[in-house]
Amino acid sequence: MDKAIGICCLAVVLSACSSSVAHHDDPTAAAEVPAQRLTATATPTLDAVRSKGFVQCGVTTGVAGFSTPDAHGEWSGLDVDVCRAIAAAVLGDGRKVRFTPLTAAQRFTALQTGEVDVLSRITTITFQRDIQLGIEFPAINWYDGTTFLVRKSSNVKSVNDLNGATICIQPGTTNEVDVADYFRKHKLTFTPVVIERIEESANAYFAGRCDALSNDQTALAAVRARAPNAAEHVVLPELISRGPYGPGVMPNDLRWMEIVRWSVYAMVNAEELGLTSTTIDGAIESDDPDVRRFVGKSDGFGPMLGLDAAWAYRIVKQVGNYAESVERNIKPLGIERGVNRLWKDGGVMYVPPLR
Amino acid sequence: MISTSRRPPLVFGANTPSISPRTRAIAWQILAIAVVAAIVAAVAFQTVTNLRARGIASGFDFLGRAAGFEIARGPIEFSSRDTYARALVVGLVNTLRVSLLAIGLATTFGVALGVARLSHVWVVSAIARTYVEVMRNTPLLLQLLFWYSLAQALPAPRDALNPLPGVFLCFRGLFFPSPIWQADYPWIAIDHPVLAGFGFQGGASVSPEFAALLVGLTTYTAALIGEIVRGGILAVDKGQREAAAALGLSRIRILRLVVLPQALRVIIPPTASQYLNVVKNSSLAVAIGYPDLLSITNTTLNQTGQAIEAIALAMAVYLLVSLSLSLAMNTYNAAILRRGGRTT
Repeated sequence: MDKAIGICCLAVVLSACSSSVAHHDDPTAAAEVPAQRLTATATPTLDAVRSKGFVQCGVTTGVAGFSTPDAHGEWSGLDVDVCRAIAAAVLGDGRKVRFTPLTAAQRFTALQTGEVDVLSRITTITFQRDIQLGIEFPAINWYDGTTFLVRKSSNVKSVNDLNGATICIQPGTTNEVDVADYFRKHKLTFTPVVIERIEESANAYFAGRCDALSNDQTALAAVRARAPNAAEHVVLPELISRGPYGPGVMPNDLRWMEIVRWSVYAMVNAEELGLTSTTIDGAIESDDPDVRRFVGKSDGFGPMLGLDAAWAYRIVKQVGNYAESVERNIKPLGIERGVNRLWKDGGVMYVPPLR
Repeated sequence: MISTSRRPPLVFGANTPSISPRTRAIAWQILAIAVVAAIVAAVAFQTVTNLRARGIASGFDFLGRAAGFEIARGPIEFSSRDTYARALVVGLVNTLRVSLLAIGLATTFGVALGVARLSHVWVVSAIARTYVEVMRNTPLLLQLLFWYSLAQALPAPRDALNPLPGVFLCFRGLFFPSPIWQADYPWIAIDHPVLAGFGFQGGASVSPEFAALLVGLTTYTAALIGEIVRGGILAVDKGQREAAAALGLSRIRILRLVVLPQALRVIIPPTASQYLNVVKNSSLAVAIGYPDLLSITNTTLNQTGQAIEAIALAMAVYLLVSLSLSLAMNTYNAAILRRGGRTT
């Protein structure tokens, strides 16, 4: 009888093992996963957004110009406008967005685990993030790059003057790698002070712990703008890297990715067409074929995207075109639009047409 | 506790009286292990499947790749071309460095504090008591931020405090002369820190982050160890002290020869767990920018995106450090008990 119990236990162990092995080898179970990824009709994120009635959007913990809450908890910024544009297109109302403030360190995990539907958080698009992290970046909504905020009194005029400096930096950013690469390439040395939250990193710089604060140029201008003595600090004009920002989504929902992409493109296309939140109502009866397509009067692009005909109209009506978003969010920081102007104005902002 | 063998047989065992309680116990244990193993396997399998489904890279290949980021200078040389594995080792060494120093200092300070708490001089015991209450009843993170902001309130390098010749204290840290070994006579040279560029160059230095963390961990843990020491001393029977005094021993000798050896048996086990807490609390370093193991792990998982692997690795390392420390303390405790057994 003792033996019987022993055999019984062994059987339990084996069955536990064999069931997991069987599961592993089961061809149908293995096939399900990639199939879900590749089928254009599987739209888990879009379905979830529609059923819950809002877009969960990952943003910064507060970077003026891109995503920052006001005294009433209302978020605004260039990245916030991307979230609102998506909500306007999909749900018909740009206010149907809920925001998740994320540090640089938390952002990708939050997206990968489905905590947010879209990550719109001054995120530089890189090979590693696209391929290794498996995140899709459907569009670029701002061109930036790594540089430094320094004290005027330190007489630092260019990055090369920072040899031997102590630099405050955030972990998990492209800046961290850009600075290490640049200093190595130019045979310079520096001491990093790595603090996770941008506010605390900036405070350490203002307290004098660091000679320079490294981040992307626009974010640094935003940090400088809120400094108590902004005139004592200067953002170096030299960029040591290229940093194209774009919203990120997971690759399991092709349709959702297309919606995010064309929501950004729609705002830039609207600027090209001269459509603004105030003029778009008057443009509905326009004879211009491009405008007619844009507002959904011809070609039926909305339904092809799984949306209604007025999706792009609503983005412009509720959020505005790209120029309006820049004017509203970036201009007050005292930052020039620079390379982010449209191609025809001398910038690099050039997106595929809506046709 | 009621022994299981005295219990009436369980229902399923009622018609199989020949199974001995021992066999049954073993069977249940095997079953328990099988269930735990099955759960672990299921979770691991599900995790790997989900990671694949989301297109997230998994595995430990990243450890061999170049880290690409820099770490503030420490005892181990590191550059951005070194691997993630080496970066994590640098983090571990930084964690051990601050933890072991804090353990040493907190023990010394804590014993003094515990004795002071029992002092017959009212002022001494009152000061010690106030200190303990303040330290015990405020969060450690807050204390660390306090020490760090205190360090940042020091003067700028140009106006650095100069308490001793060649020693400078400013918000960039403490700079002092250090010996350099040389190939020829007189073999040792002194490297003095000098004001150059953005701060001091040469000599040795202690960063404000390290100093704040060390002071924070030491002062906090010392208060807790002080209370353990006080309890240990009070646990020694009063008669022992009186007997020793009757033999004509001085108060210092009574403490050293009679009270402390017996008190140690009460003191060591809870002190060991305070030591473990020091190691674990050192991970609060991440808030003030000291590059400890957790801070480097954070950076690594951000750069590689391999959160599960990086966190699992950090947990395994903390576990290993804690278990080693535990083993050392248990060995020491056993030695004390053996010695105590002989003399009493």
